[in-house]
Amino acid sequence: MFPNLDLFGTCYPESGPAGGRDDRGGEQMTLAFSSETEGRFQKLLARYPNRQAALIPTLILAVREFGYLSREAMAYVAQRLEVPHAQVLSTATFYTLLHKRPLGRHHIQVCMNVACYLKGADHLAHHLRERLGIGFGEVTSDGMFSLEGVQCLAACGTAPAIQINDDYHEDMTPAKVDALLDQLRRTSAPAPTQGGDQ
Amino acid sequence: MIASTDPTRGALLRCGPGESIDLARHRALGGFNALRKALAMSPDAVREQVKAANIRGRGGAGFPAGMKWGFLPKDNPKPRYLVINADEGEPGTFKDRYFLEQDPFVLLEGVIISAFAIGAHSAYIYVRGEFVRPIQRLEAAVEELYRAGILGRSVMGSPFALDVVVHPGAGAYICGEESALLESIEGKPGRPRVKPPFPAVVGLFGCPTIINNVETMACVRLVLEHGAERFLAMGLPKDGGPKVYGLSGHVKRPGLYEGPMGLSLRTLIYEYGGGTIDDKPIKGIIPGGSSTPVLRGDQIDVNMDFDSVKAAGSMLGTAAVTVFTEGTCPVAVLTRIARFYAHESCGQCTPCRDGTGWLERLVESIEHGHGRPGDCDLLLSAAGQILGNTICALGDAAAMPVISFVQQFRDDFEEHIRRGACPYGNKPEAH
Ligand SMILES: Cc1cc2nc3c(=O)[nH]c(=O)nc-3n(C[C@H](O)[C@H](O)[C@H](O)COP(=O)(O)O)c2cc1C
Ligand code: SF4
Ligand code: FES
Repeated sequence: MFPNLDLFGTCYPESGPAGGRDDRGGEQMTLAFSSETEGRFQKLLARYPNRQAALIPTLILAVREFGYLSREAMAYVAQRLEVPHAQVLSTATFYTLLHKRPLGRHHIQVCMNVACYLKGADHLAHHLRERLGIGFGEVTSDGMFSLEGVQCLAACGTAPAIQINDDYHEDMTPAKVDALLDQLRRTSAPAPTQGGDQ
Repeated sequence: MIASTDPTRGALLRCGPGESIDLARHRALGGFNALRKALAMSPDAVREQVKAANIRGRGGAGFPAGMKWGFLPKDNPKPRYLVINADEGEPGTFKDRYFLEQDPFVLLEGVIISAFAIGAHSAYIYVRGEFVRPIQRLEAAVEELYRAGILGRSVMGSPFALDVVVHPGAGAYICGEESALLESIEGKPGRPRVKPPFPAVVGLFGCPTIINNVETMACVRLVLEHGAERFLAMGLPKDGGPKVYGLSGHVKRPGLYEGPMGLSLRTLIYEYGGGTIDDKPIKGIIPGGSSTPVLRGDQIDVNMDFDSVKAAGSMLGTAAVTVFTEGTCPVAVLTRIARFYAHESCGQCTPCRDGTGWLERLVESIEHGHGRPGDCDLLLSAAGQILGNTICALGDAAAMPVISFVQQFRDDFEEHIRRGACPYGNKPEAH
């Protein structure tokens, strides 16, 4: 059977994307895929006629494994795929979902495009900023939430729409958003402090 | 009978919101009959059927699928690829997600038939990266077809072999443009290629490649199931078949609707969509995704097919209709659109890279009350300099809404500039 990829089988790691370590400390650590991700990576390699075609799916795996693409993570992907480091940088920096900075454990993307705008997206975004105390592109100090304004999510018929990690939430209202935030807070363990996992 | 009185269900849309069709149900509904018919024919005969049905591409440009397939070189020894565009990025559009998430076997059956017809043994389905759940559903469906012997070495026991790869995007609208999409599969930034050569000649991994939209695949399946004549009869003589329409904005019942190609816009909005919220008069209608020129509320008597919408001064695009009613500020709407295209320009041609930034800043300054007399003409001339001067159609996609909004709602723009504030009392949010 042709090996098919269960690319998104891993949910965000227990520690959440914020658990991905920051490379600002200058601390040298060696990244490596977990055995589960390694298995997915090997299947990826088998799917494409050349290794570079596996680059974007591999970078997605790396974001999911490490939380974001640090320089070290990009170097690791380059080495694993035997693709020039410059090629990895050039691709990684082109795509918005290949995050180059740590996110909150729950990454909230608010659609700001026309159909959502017509159904109150600006109001919803304002509400989220107030509730979380952060602006677009920021992370709450406890590492729990990050917020981003995004373009059309292809949920215009059920606008306004937001995406939290892998899931869409549609026909949103400030009250529904509040209920979601409460639920996420209740069901998540406290976020690890920086570099604290494992 | 395939025609259904319920406009939300029928030939293309087989289930409503919250429902989905699994493999057993697909089989029960006559699934794979079309594929079986195709496999019993020669690839040439399948291509002839598709050509006769004149399926106009559902990705936005309306180029006939059969004709595109005909551009494949006859004597090139390289492998051929079929690539399905499920990037669904054009703002307002949300139809392809339905197939991935709720009815993937319709898409996959269309893919297998099309690959057989063009002689491809690998098909890639490129799905935007935000669609994590739809990708999971589609991947699971692909796995099921391998297990059922419908994909793999021998499709339904025939000598035809086909592999399907679901390839994720990673957040870039430009990757919906077909050559950028190919670059993206190859692991590169999504920068459109200069054409010619066209992908049918030099496409994925340098090989002849056909790129089609998800809904186009669903149409191919219908053509094989019912024949080209029946398919044409479901729409117009030159633009056949049923069509998925998206309805969003200020309507009572937004969502996806199926109707014949050429459905009247009035019927779509007032009958299918239940009319406008609070029964307000319509101010503007974006008929086919945010790049298509805006129509005024009084231009509602147009039929939704490629030629009629074009004659009305706009484009059918993805038939993703966004309605806004009186009281909505057109400057605010255009600001969102201009911001989008400026954000999504890949940056490799100057008129687009710089021009979209100019348009965004100009429209935004008007929205924020800093517009100056003459700005409307400046907008028209800046947009006019992008039109036709770029490598790909994103440049035009950015320019057309600006030109049409200024032309259709010039009074609103001028009033905005004169007052230094929104005549509708909008207070723009900081971004
Ligand atoms: C900027 C840009 C974005 C596009 N986005 C999409 C898209 O998201 N989905 C799609 O099917 N076609 C999109 N297209 C059109 C494709 O380039 C291509 O024409 C289409 O996928 C062909 O399929 P079809 O012939 O079946 O319609 C886009 C084109 C441009 C210029
Ligand atoms: S028109 Fe814009 S998006 Fe298209 S190739 Fe040029 S810069 Fe890139
Ligand atoms: S405009 Fe928000 S989902 Fe399309």
